[in-house]
Amino acid sequence: MESFTPIASTIGGVLIGIAAAGLLMFHGRIAGISGIAGGIFRREAGDISWRVMFLVGLFAAGVVWSFFFPQDYVVGIERSTAALIIAGLTVGIGTQLGSGCTSGHGVCGIGRLSKRSTVATISFMITAAMTVFVVNEVLGGSI
Amino acid sequence: MKVKIGAFLGGGLFGIGLAIAGMTQPAKIIGFFDFFGSWDPSLAFVMVGAILVYTPIYRWAVRTWQHPIWAPAFSLPTRKDIDGRLILGSAIFGVGWGLGGYCPGPAFTSIGARSDEALTFGLAMLVGVGAYQLFMRIRESRTGGPADQQAAAMIDG
Repeated sequence: MESFTPIASTIGGVLIGIAAAGLLMFHGRIAGISGIAGGIFRREAGDISWRVMFLVGLFAAGVVWSFFFPQDYVVGIERSTAALIIAGLTVGIGTQLGSGCTSGHGVCGIGRLSKRSTVATISFMITAAMTVFVVNEVLGGSI
Repeated sequence: MKVKIGAFLGGGLFGIGLAIAGMTQPAKIIGFFDFFGSWDPSLAFVMVGAILVYTPIYRWAVRTWQHPIWAPAFSLPTRKDIDGRLILGSAIFGVGWGLGGYCPGPAFTSIGARSDEALTFGLAMLVGVGAYQLFMRIRESRTGGPADQQAAAMIDG
């Protein structure tokens, strides 16, 4: 538990909640990152620019914040390029097939008291824990 | 224009929240799921903090507002059924999350922070997202309409 950060994580969570609530109040949209990204590829007229701008905002936050707080982006685990590629592909396909990710299901969906999102969140939490168990306990922590 | 600037600022605040929360550090995500090692409960505080802010605002806005401030209507998920692809897709996502330590939001913002790992992960993720959406579009065009309800309806997030 040496890296436990309850205060910073709660503050960060509150900011995430405010950003998600802002997108709902002003634009009427769910702040699910995988859903926002997936919508760009569906190419519906008039539905692209806000999605792109939201992702550009995410990207810009990383550019600016990492300048002052580079330690917030330390990876801290050993992963090969192949493992990262497989992880990225499964996250990309899985979130589209399952209609959401940590933000869309885990925050906004549970926040809306959606049964679908609650089931989805339980599902991805279980397989994430199983994967981490295999990597850390069976494969020795690096893959 | 204001919608674009608003979306940009929303994404920016979301990204700063992710960084402060520790979501952009894969070791912390892995630590949350590592029940047999040195468990790091931080992720639970992120989610509870976000949900506690989001839920009351969501209920207030959706129940009492005629429409969002800049849009004619709320665009909210309509599906209620729990189907196999919801569970299977989420399960696949969880495997990737546990393997790489990044979920989509932290991946995008960490690319901005010039993380090589996030860039590799993020490009593969975009290939996965694009391939799925392209596959669904081809299926729709062959069947002459939305391949299923999911393609037509607003997705959950």
